Amino acid sequence: MAEPTIFDLSVAGRTGVTFPEPDVPETALPKGFLREKLQLPEMSELEVVRHFTSISQKNYAIDLGFYPLGSCTMKYNPKINEVVSRLPGFAATHPLQPIDTVQGNLFLMYSLQEMLKEIAGFAAVTLQPAAGAQGELVGTLIIHKYHQERGDHQRTRMLIPDSAHGTNPASSAMLGFEVVPLPSDERGNVDIAALKELCDDRLAGLMFTNPNTLGLFDENVCEVVDIVHKAGGLVYGDGANMNALLGVFRPGDVGIDILHFNLHKTFSTPHGGGGPGSGPVAVQQHLVDYLPDPIVGIIDEGDEETAPLYGFIHPEKSIGRIKSFYGHFGMHIRAYTYIAMLGQEGLRDVAEIAVLNANYLQEKLKDTFTLPYDRPCMHEFVLEGYWKDVPDIHALDIAKRLMDYDFHPPTNYFPLIVHEALMIEPTETETKETLDRFVDAMRKIAEEARTNPELLHNAPHNTPVRRADELKAAKDLVLCCYVGDDWPGVQE
Amino acid sequence: MFTPHTKHDVEVMLNSIGVGKIEDLFQEIPEQFRYPDLNLAPRLTEMETAGQLESIAAANATTKDLLSFLGAGAYDHYIPAAVDNLLQRGEFYTAYTPYQPEISQGTLQAIFEFQTLICKLTGMDVSNASHYDGATAAAEAVILAYGNFRNKRKKVLVSRAVNPQYRQVIRTYMQADSSLKIVGDEIETGIAPDMQKFIDQIDHDTALVIVQYPDFFGRIIDYTQLIETAHQFGALVAVAVNPTALGMLTPPGDIGADIAFGEGQPLGIPLSYGGPYLGFFAVKNALLRKLAGRLVGETTDVEGKLAYVLTLTAREQHIRREKASSNICSNQGLMTLAATIYMSLLGKHGLQQVANLCYQKAHYTADQLSGISGFSLVDETTPFFHEFVVKCDEPVEEVLEHLLQHNILGGYNLGHDYPELENHLMLAVTEKISREDIEYLSAVLQEENHG
Ligand SMILES: Cc1ncc(COP(=O)(O)O)c(C=O)c1O
Repeated sequence: MAEPTIFDLSVAGRTGVTFPEPDVPETALPKGFLREKLQLPEMSELEVVRHFTSISQKNYAIDLGFYPLGSCTMKYNPKINEVVSRLPGFAATHPLQPIDTVQGNLFLMYSLQEMLKEIAGFAAVTLQPAAGAQGELVGTLIIHKYHQERGDHQRTRMLIPDSAHGTNPASSAMLGFEVVPLPSDERGNVDIAALKELCDDRLAGLMFTNPNTLGLFDENVCEVVDIVHKAGGLVYGDGANMNALLGVFRPGDVGIDILHFNLHKTFSTPHGGGGPGSGPVAVQQHLVDYLPDPIVGIIDEGDEETAPLYGFIHPEKSIGRIKSFYGHFGMHIRAYTYIAMLGQEGLRDVAEIAVLNANYLQEKLKDTFTLPYDRPCMHEFVLEGYWKDVPDIHALDIAKRLMDYDFHPPTNYFPLIVHEALMIEPTETETKETLDRFVDAMRKIAEEARTNPELLHNAPHNTPVRRADELKAAKDLVLCCYVGDDWPGVQE
Repeated sequence: MFTPHTKHDVEVMLNSIGVGKIEDLFQEIPEQFRYPDLNLAPRLTEMETAGQLESIAAANATTKDLLSFLGAGAYDHYIPAAVDNLLQRGEFYTAYTPYQPEISQGTLQAIFEFQTLICKLTGMDVSNASHYDGATAAAEAVILAYGNFRNKRKKVLVSRAVNPQYRQVIRTYMQADSSLKIVGDEIETGIAPDMQKFIDQIDHDTALVIVQYPDFFGRIIDYTQLIETAHQFGALVAVAVNPTALGMLTPPGDIGADIAFGEGQPLGIPLSYGGPYLGFFAVKNALLRKLAGRLVGETTDVEGKLAYVLTLTAREQHIRREKASSNICSNQGLMTLAATIYMSLLGKHGLQQVANLCYQKAHYTADQLSGISGFSLVDETTPFFHEFVVKCDEPVEEVLEHLLQHNILGGYNLGHDYPELENHLMLAVTEKISREDIEYLSAVLQEENHG
């Protein structure tokens, strides 16, 4: 049975919360501005609780099982994060309070900036960006402004490897950069010859994901950075895959100019069913003045008796404000907590085990599936979800069949350069037993593809709904619950 | 700490991979850069970390310790207990974007309901699944409008009475294209409630007109003439709205807005020092195909059962790449869920009640303050919702400092953003403020004046 919507459940006259009657003398309402009808659901508190509990049970989630969604780093989200970020001392602070009343918040943000600088090897960090894609926008804005300031107006081309995530070209295009695709070589690295050819005085920069979306560390990283720099461009690092590098390698050490983090991947803040994310951006010394306005800094060093005073700094050549206030503070608290609990040792352990888990799965699966780039991988790897002997089975079928085995499918059809891609990222928080069960399921599915392909074509079988008609959704667009004039919930 | 591997596990796994030690898996990383020494504090246990975070939090004074009249874009409303309780279900908050509809119906249905609630609240036809916050929603409105006219119209008019941070973010987003003009918020155009000087700037080159409702100063302004004029020139109109006020006020859809957007934080989302919040964004049907961000639609599965899916994804970056309508990927998923639960719990009556309480208490506060010498209401005639401006005879900083000494966060100093409003204080009053609180505020201000 489909769960009714909150509008179906509405009965005129009910309410889930009541508020006190006004305790002040009444003022007349603003005539001419009053709305006539307000079609919101009317439900009791229990009905609301049951409804959302019931629909929650139709979700798959990390708390329920293995979620090897490549590029998304679906690791365990520690419960302590949820507790500390809700402490009233944080949650009940208003963003416009005087700074001396929020020294705790500012200290935490300053410390997180310092931690991220240290982890990735940069000179400064902004916590403002709301997500990875907004971090990219900050980065590309910095690249734009940097070239403008230097009078390099002809630098309008952004090189983007063909394996890059869709947000990379989309962010560049938002600023009017010409997006120039950069091919990968047969080992999955940036094609150096092609890069050299594209490096002229029109080059603004390169958006470089390393490890890339194939899960491979670009072996020529130093050379790539060098070539771009020699041509006068800047290198933007998409740090979505930093989970592989914590405590192992710092992108800043090889001269990457700008890097965004995804706190909601690498640093354990929850994905929340699509967000909120948090995408801090780190820069090298020569770009510090371009950071978004404001960033958190020490505005008075203090002395033996008085603690330093934290406040806001307004970078000189700032690209400006990128969102309201200071970023997703609730996510900053969670990431700070996570890093505090790991330290150098724990961070390195995260990267090592994430890479160990991925290589283990890669090794176990590469006989059953085609592995287009047969090299040690980093935190993830990409298989082909396709066999020549059963050509009507696709990555999508394999993905859907995995649901019948109680697994979340890998990312499919991305990166675009692998045919029928299945992108698998186990993360470090999964046990060997879980990985083994996943291997069994994948091998079983490969067998089923030959013996009973209909099982795959019709999968999933046991989920709350089965394959949904996406064409119909797009054709007969229904984007709202039905609330007609005959809706009982609206009777006055 | 969060890695479950035993020594034995690691050995077995390394064996099956065929390497001797984990470091061998990192051979491709240039050796001189491998394993840098990080200057981080030693790791802590969960117990120690919890203690540390508690003491950091204790270094703040909060809106629970202080009586707060701060608003200016973030509002301290009561959040019913059920909102956060439901948000903490792991099935919701540890799920990813619902790309696999068969196992994401919970998230998808909640977004579908959110889209409906936003449409009903704003009087618009289609809502997306969120932008990052009110400010970035404003920037997305500008991008949508330029795109709508294929960049042929080069001007966006944004009122000076629109939240200054929204205006800053719009300019940040649009700075790379020097042919675009973001105008209308100059000091000369001003903030007069009749908006005549602003309306006069609407012309055939105008792609979009942006106003706020209630405006940044809390005023409820009649935009009918402005919208009519804009439409005569073929321009689009975007109205930034406070969702709480829509419990009472005519929705922007009914007065002809093409786009309604805003900051959804008042809908059950904690202040949390500025984020994460929620940008909502809704349009009339004519702009449906121009809308950025995720959209959930209804369909059926192979058995004919009702199902929800992400739809019209061909507008988005993962399909269209550089041709996408926006680069947005992660949005404010969990915050839309908070708003959906909040609106379901309050429903029609609850939201009407909250809007009315805010309105009544703000008016009582304004009334009290206007009787204190040294303070005057800036505008006695324009209606307002739950925020208003007081002119102080003394420097605002001193007034605020005095109030803080009496445990009151007195409001927002408008001089920060408006040089013409030096010594003007803006106060916001929500349902959480009681009559005693208001009378305490006025008693402390009386004292300030005579002390
Ligand atoms: C490689 C890569 N870059 C960028 C992004 C965009 O990040 P966000 O969703 O936080 O905007 C993602 C997210 O999936 C990603 O995997």
